[in-house]
Amino acid sequence: MAEHQKNVDAVTGVSTTGHEWDGIRELNNPLPRWWLWTFYACIVWAVVYWIAYPAWPLVSGYTSGVLGWKSRDAIEVQLADLRTQRGAFAEKLQQASLAEIEANPELLSFARAQGRAAFGDNCAPCHGTGAAGSVGYPNLNDDDWMWGGSLEQIQQTLLHGIRSTDADAHVGDMPAFGRDAMLPRPEIVAAADYVRSLSNLPVPAGVTPDLAKGKEVFETNCAACHGADGKGNIELGAPNLTDGIWLYGSGRDNVIASITNGRAGIMPAWGGRLDPTTIKALTVYVHALGGGK
Amino acid sequence: MNMATKVERLEEPEYDDDAPLYEARRKIYPIAVHGTFRRIKWALLIVTLGIYYLLPFLRWDRGPNAPSQAVLVDLANGRFYFFFIEIWPQEIYYVTGLLILAALVLFLMNAVAGRLWCGYLCPQTVWTDLFQAIERMVEGDPRERREKLKTASRTQRVFEAAAKHTLWLMVAWWTGGAWVLYFADAPTLVWQLFTGTAPLVAYLWIAILTFTTYVLAGHMREQVCTYMCPWPRIQAALTDEYAFNVTYRYDRGEPRGSFKKSEALRAAGVPSGDCIDCKQCVAACPTGVDIRLGSQLACIQCGLCIDACDTVMNKVGRPTGLIAYDTEMNVERRQQGLAPVAKVFRARTLLYAGLIVVVGGIMVATLAMRGSEGVSVIHDRNPLFVRLSDGSLRNAYTLRIVNKQSLPRRFAIAVDGVPEAQLEIVGGISETENGHPVVEVGPDQTYELRALVSTHAKLPASASLPVTFSVTDVIGGETTTAPDHFKGP
Repeated sequence: MAEHQKNVDAVTGVSTTGHEWDGIRELNNPLPRWWLWTFYACIVWAVVYWIAYPAWPLVSGYTSGVLGWKSRDAIEVQLADLRTQRGAFAEKLQQASLAEIEANPELLSFARAQGRAAFGDNCAPCHGTGAAGSVGYPNLNDDDWMWGGSLEQIQQTLLHGIRSTDADAHVGDMPAFGRDAMLPRPEIVAAADYVRSLSNLPVPAGVTPDLAKGKEVFETNCAACHGADGKGNIELGAPNLTDGIWLYGSGRDNVIASITNGRAGIMPAWGGRLDPTTIKALTVYVHALGGGK
Repeated sequence: MNMATKVERLEEPEYDDDAPLYEARRKIYPIAVHGTFRRIKWALLIVTLGIYYLLPFLRWDRGPNAPSQAVLVDLANGRFYFFFIEIWPQEIYYVTGLLILAALVLFLMNAVAGRLWCGYLCPQTVWTDLFQAIERMVEGDPRERREKLKTASRTQRVFEAAAKHTLWLMVAWWTGGAWVLYFADAPTLVWQLFTGTAPLVAYLWIAILTFTTYVLAGHMREQVCTYMCPWPRIQAALTDEYAFNVTYRYDRGEPRGSFKKSEALRAAGVPSGDCIDCKQCVAACPTGVDIRLGSQLACIQCGLCIDACDTVMNKVGRPTGLIAYDTEMNVERRQQGLAPVAKVFRARTLLYAGLIVVVGGIMVATLAMRGSEGVSVIHDRNPLFVRLSDGSLRNAYTLRIVNKQSLPRRFAIAVDGVPEAQLEIVGGISETENGHPVVEVGPDQTYELRALVSTHAKLPASASLPVTFSVTDVIGGETTTAPDHFKGP
């Protein structure tokens, strides 16, 4: 009784634990009941969870849980749900030809939406989110197509790529006329000036282009692919040199560099990576950006 | 009246500093009363609850492409239907307008006759009133109830409590059930609910609202009004000396005393008030206040004490209206021998009424004048413009056309503001109208398309020309426009 009396704090009337530091005694205020029971319930829940679900890592593998739940299965269910949601439209997209898709506003709208998403995931790193391209990566909004801008041609490029490892990839070769010592420097410069004159590009100050010599060099070395008039050839991926669109820049130095070192941009083949419906949606999306032929 | 008989209002007791901070709950079992205000309350209860419970079943024909429910919040499709009005999500400002109107009507009510909303129309009051009626029906009037606590068998009391809570839960369940019917086709949903095929969210909301109704109307009752609701605090700032409130006319009632005593005093020629201190006004009060202490926060001004007092006054042969809709000012005027004043038309009420007319008028006008189509434009951000191989410039836009009619419509699209502009539409149909491309938009739907505007014209450096897209209904001729810009290098 005396002991008990001693352990009660005079001010609050609460019993103490008997611990004391510098005259300060610890009051014995136990946890609230509801808190304690919630805590016990959590422990029970944890044990049930270990048994029911994958929980503990083992040396090779893990405890798989009696319910057999797998996150992979959960994703499969979600993917199946997604397919169900897309439902009829996805089915139609799969079966319709590219031209049919473009002719049907509803289907076009669906394909463009899916295409936009796929473009953002797969194409945007090189071509940009708006497909505006960059130096070396073509702008897909314009109407200048090195390998053709019809629906079928775009699909072909998407499926097999350009200079990729795919057997059916587009292959074209712009030789490195300077680096491989095929043309001397003055002839390269003359050819560059001539090519630039085809697009009426301004001549830099202090430069007197030798267009006659350039024309001669062009006809001998370049016309085979780019055509005598310089309008290019989509069979070979030879760009049109008479328009205002320059993949590697239209400056005199840029053109000289292109002729000297050659150009061989690469686009991967997407046929094996994306399913045919996604390729279709991408084709329609790119075609509908505005430049499609 | 003799000045010597003037009595001051009774004061509320002083606060006791040592009293606990929270008052213990005093359960209130109001007695049943009969009279004018009770009848008004019954009528309003039947009308308001009738509207609430039955409105979802009312049909309204909108044609084949729209739901036929008169009042429907279609969350899945983002539409709100109210009879002939259809609100799209972007027209949510109509709801803002409605809320402003509702606030102004509340202000006006308050300026005219105090807490009319609290006393007669507030759902908390209406449902509490219903729940209390059920309670009296099952367990009897408070006096009977008190008797039963002493005399009735345990079995009977358990049975009655069970019956009361069951009835309460049924009303609460019906309340929640009616709520979800506003969000889906009511007859279909009722069938689904009973066959167990309704969406989970419907059951969930019924459960939530059953719970809140049962707790708020059955158990918390006047505590909601006294402690939870902000409106009693706000209304104190909106009232003025002319506003009619449920008032104990202490000029007539005091000094109070028992009927016998006051009759004896009167016989002896000593003035005595009409209040016989029977406390029926307190017994009838659903919030448990004593109206004789004057207007107070907990009083919802439902008028039931008026009915209770009038009944007693009739019995004792004194004039009714000892408690009535009156003003504190009038009580004081009568004490000074002046005539009471009733001034309903005054600056405050006229201002509120005027504002209601203006806001309501604006809403009706905008509703009547709103078009049945719309268009919005977004300029492509990346790239801002494209140089085509022939040297021309092109800007691309995303257009969204809105068709608010319940029929499919065709719209011709034109662009204005760019010299030598050529417009190409991705997602149109093959026909054209006067050379303009045409698109088709489904009934009550929006349609997104891509518009490509190109020009050969030479534009000034860093050009940004204002352009206007106009969308014209091929058949109806209705035109809407949306502005944007044409950008150049």
